[in-house]
Amino acid sequence: MSLLHLAIISPFLLAILVPFAYKLFRQIHTGWFILPLPILLFSYFISYLSITSNQQSVTKSFSWIPTLGIDFTAKVDGLGLLFALLITGIGSLVVFYSIYYLDKNKEKLNTFYVYLLLFMGAMLGVVLSDNLLVLYTFWEFTSFSSFLLIGYWYHREKSRYGAQKSMIITVFGGLSMLAGIILLYIMTGTFSITEIIAQSDEIFANPLFVPALLCILLGAFTKSAQFPFHIWLPDAMEAPTPVSAYLHSATMVKAGIYLVARMSPVFAEHSLWLWLVAGFGIVTLFWGSFSAVKQTDLKSILAFSTVSQLGMIMSLLGIGAAALHFETVKDSYFTVATTAAVFHLINHATFKGSLFMVAGIVDHETGTRDIRKLGGLMNFMPITFTLAIIGTFAMAGLPPFNGFLSKEMFFTGMVRVLDMDIFNLDTWGILFPVIAWVASVFTFIYSMVLVFRTFTGKFQPEKLEKKPHEAPIGMLISPIVLASLVIIIGFFPNIISNTLISPAQAAIMPPAEGYLYDTHIYFWHGFTPELFMTLGVITLGILLFATLPKWRSVYGLFPKKLTLNRFYDGGLEIAQRGSMNFTKIYMNGSIRNYLIYIFTFFIVILGFALFAKDAFTFDASNISTIHFFEVLLALVIAVGSITILFAKSRLTSIILLGAVGYTVALFFVIFRAPDLALTQLVIETISVSLFLLCFYHLPKKRNEERMTFKMVNAVISVGVGAIVTLIALSAHSNKLFGSISQYYVENTYEKAAGKNMVNVILVDFRGFDTMFEIAVLGIAALGIFSMIKLRMGGGKKNENK
Amino acid sequence: MKTNDVILQTATKIVLFVIVLFSVYIFFAGHYTPGGGFVGGLLTAGAIILLLLAFDMKTVAKILPFNYMNMTALGLLIAIGTGAGALLFNKPFLTHAFTYAHVPVLGKLSLHTAAIFDLGVFLVVVGVTMTIIQTIGEDE
Repeated sequence: MSLLHLAIISPFLLAILVPFAYKLFRQIHTGWFILPLPILLFSYFISYLSITSNQQSVTKSFSWIPTLGIDFTAKVDGLGLLFALLITGIGSLVVFYSIYYLDKNKEKLNTFYVYLLLFMGAMLGVVLSDNLLVLYTFWEFTSFSSFLLIGYWYHREKSRYGAQKSMIITVFGGLSMLAGIILLYIMTGTFSITEIIAQSDEIFANPLFVPALLCILLGAFTKSAQFPFHIWLPDAMEAPTPVSAYLHSATMVKAGIYLVARMSPVFAEHSLWLWLVAGFGIVTLFWGSFSAVKQTDLKSILAFSTVSQLGMIMSLLGIGAAALHFETVKDSYFTVATTAAVFHLINHATFKGSLFMVAGIVDHETGTRDIRKLGGLMNFMPITFTLAIIGTFAMAGLPPFNGFLSKEMFFTGMVRVLDMDIFNLDTWGILFPVIAWVASVFTFIYSMVLVFRTFTGKFQPEKLEKKPHEAPIGMLISPIVLASLVIIIGFFPNIISNTLISPAQAAIMPPAEGYLYDTHIYFWHGFTPELFMTLGVITLGILLFATLPKWRSVYGLFPKKLTLNRFYDGGLEIAQRGSMNFTKIYMNGSIRNYLIYIFTFFIVILGFALFAKDAFTFDASNISTIHFFEVLLALVIAVGSITILFAKSRLTSIILLGAVGYTVALFFVIFRAPDLALTQLVIETISVSLFLLCFYHLPKKRNEERMTFKMVNAVISVGVGAIVTLIALSAHSNKLFGSISQYYVENTYEKAAGKNMVNVILVDFRGFDTMFEIAVLGIAALGIFSMIKLRMGGGKKNENK
Repeated sequence: MKTNDVILQTATKIVLFVIVLFSVYIFFAGHYTPGGGFVGGLLTAGAIILLLLAFDMKTVAKILPFNYMNMTALGLLIAIGTGAGALLFNKPFLTHAFTYAHVPVLGKLSLHTAAIFDLGVFLVVVGVTMTIIQTIGEDE
């Protein structure tokens, strides 16, 4: 185990110690014990920059289940390191923020930090694992810890609803991803991503390739809240704000992005990949930004905005895949989309993290997040206002912030789709820049709503629970750091271009041998179409924002019944009620019904097997001669059995049953089985007396009447009898081997010193069976004894009720 | 009215020994002729049931002061112990051994561990049957 592995699992190890720290040092906020770890990890991962900057990677392996090819292989390359830095960097800031956000006297801090650390470790594991199954393990760990964090305030119903919803959707996707991983394993014989990428050309023609692609994409889409699986993200906003900032803006929701980026070298050459990733991405982008405008809750706006921005990154990754179809990956003409994806990934993490923290501050200092109640907070919270301005302007894509640069590159990538002449992109491709542009207008509008509805306008103190004032400095530090990053990256984008972006791009699209990506990001690149698009976005955006109250009603046009949440809730309801009704229909509690199922199944499956396999044969050559006594006894048994069915009195039935039993004993006599005959006689006597005992104790109000005739019963019983007879005949006619009884005949006296072969078999050759049969008898006696002797009170209670 | 069942009781006293002797015979002869621990046990139980019918439960409990559940357990122990005994001689579980011995009075006898195993079966069957009958009989 190397230091790298230790770094990945260190959050798990620390999580063990958190409850002790919490119980022992109640005066100190538990967060202070957590804070050093992400900072330490961040600086540790910084040290890898020197390696990945040269677009190299480090691989460390640790044997876990070697016989199944599952090793905990940690690989640090450009993409993994970028994510690791985001996770640990924003993780440190979020922990710091949470120290001021969560009250140490009111909240259960131990559980919070345990969940958070679990999440952090799991996320590091996802982005640094080279083994797909290990990645999947960590992947489910993120779903699971996210579930715990969303339901942190578990006494609130909405928290539980949101947690359950996110769990159902992400685990659904996770399982589908597992299927994809297994399909990949079937095709390549390895779980290692590096080795799968090396074989990507060979598996391209494999029939399992497309199913694997779809399964993996489903996993990525659910995790990254792509349309129509985005519905869990707005409900996950019930989590404490530090959690929303960390999980639902910067890290977990980007796990799907990471997966798509990571698997790009395997799948991206297929046209389906480009269309699905880019198509779902662009639809999500539009739908998220469109829905964000109508929200009134700060965190809901941010949630839909996250959905939309994730769609944007996803669509960029999809478009970037087109570059692989052209001979020279060196040509940065199409790879610009991938560059933009990576760049925007970083930018989004910075500004969205800070915006969530701002929303948390507003909530914390005013007691509400509803923009209809907020307004005019600018004078009370100048610093928060400044941070909000920086974040939202970056989100809207305004200069000089980093969002402007990535939005320009986004437009560049989308416009260049028009030059692609593959996969029908020359006809339908025009939709990409158009939708992207419209979505950007909506992005602009909700960004403006977010900042101006909250901080400007009329101050409404009567609607606020608290008197607003500036947040404590500790709470402001984290968003300040993030906002500074927004500005620094905005002004000097090239400090991260060749340290973070190019290495990540090299991992997403492995370049030809000896080629190194060299990214440069410029503010100004002349009067290009994308500049005019941005100008159009701003103009139309301002216009629409100003007239928002007038056209807001357009959202009312959309029928409420058709929303995706309705669909989800209804689906869940139908699934629950449907399965309950279905179970009620066939599990009706009547034993007769269950016997009908069992016997029908018996008839159908055996009859089908018998005739489908053509197994029915009848061979009379092996039949011994039939004697008079046998016929006579058979007649007696038949008459006895049939009379039981029509007997009016139960007493008659019991006596007839005894007659049948004694006749069977007689059969044993004429078939020369004296031991069986003896035993059968005695046992039949005992069981008949037990039946009589039961009969004697029947309730007095019994009605002595004949068994009612039911057609179903008759058909099934005749069917069972027929099938058993047919099988017995076939089995008798199909003897493939001789009997082994000759051995017993020869050795009963020679080896076991006995002459009664039956008894010798019972106690000597196969005494093991006998031993357990007497154990069965003992258990039966104990059972009868305890059933009769133990009478707990309330014996009439039915435990099923 | 107290019924007078002196005939039944007297007959029982005689028949009982015949049945018991027969069951012991069947038990010991089991290895060579039809019979064995199972039927032997059932017949012995049958003899005791006859006692129960002729007399009453308390009397029978006084005559035969057995705890039938312990008897069942003892039978199981004997059966398992016979099997486990083989392990001591480095043989697989339940390997039986036999030998012929010349005992004064009785002459040539075959001694067989299978008979001990059968004794276990015998005790279990008697114990089980009597437990069931007694439990049901005592139940109100």
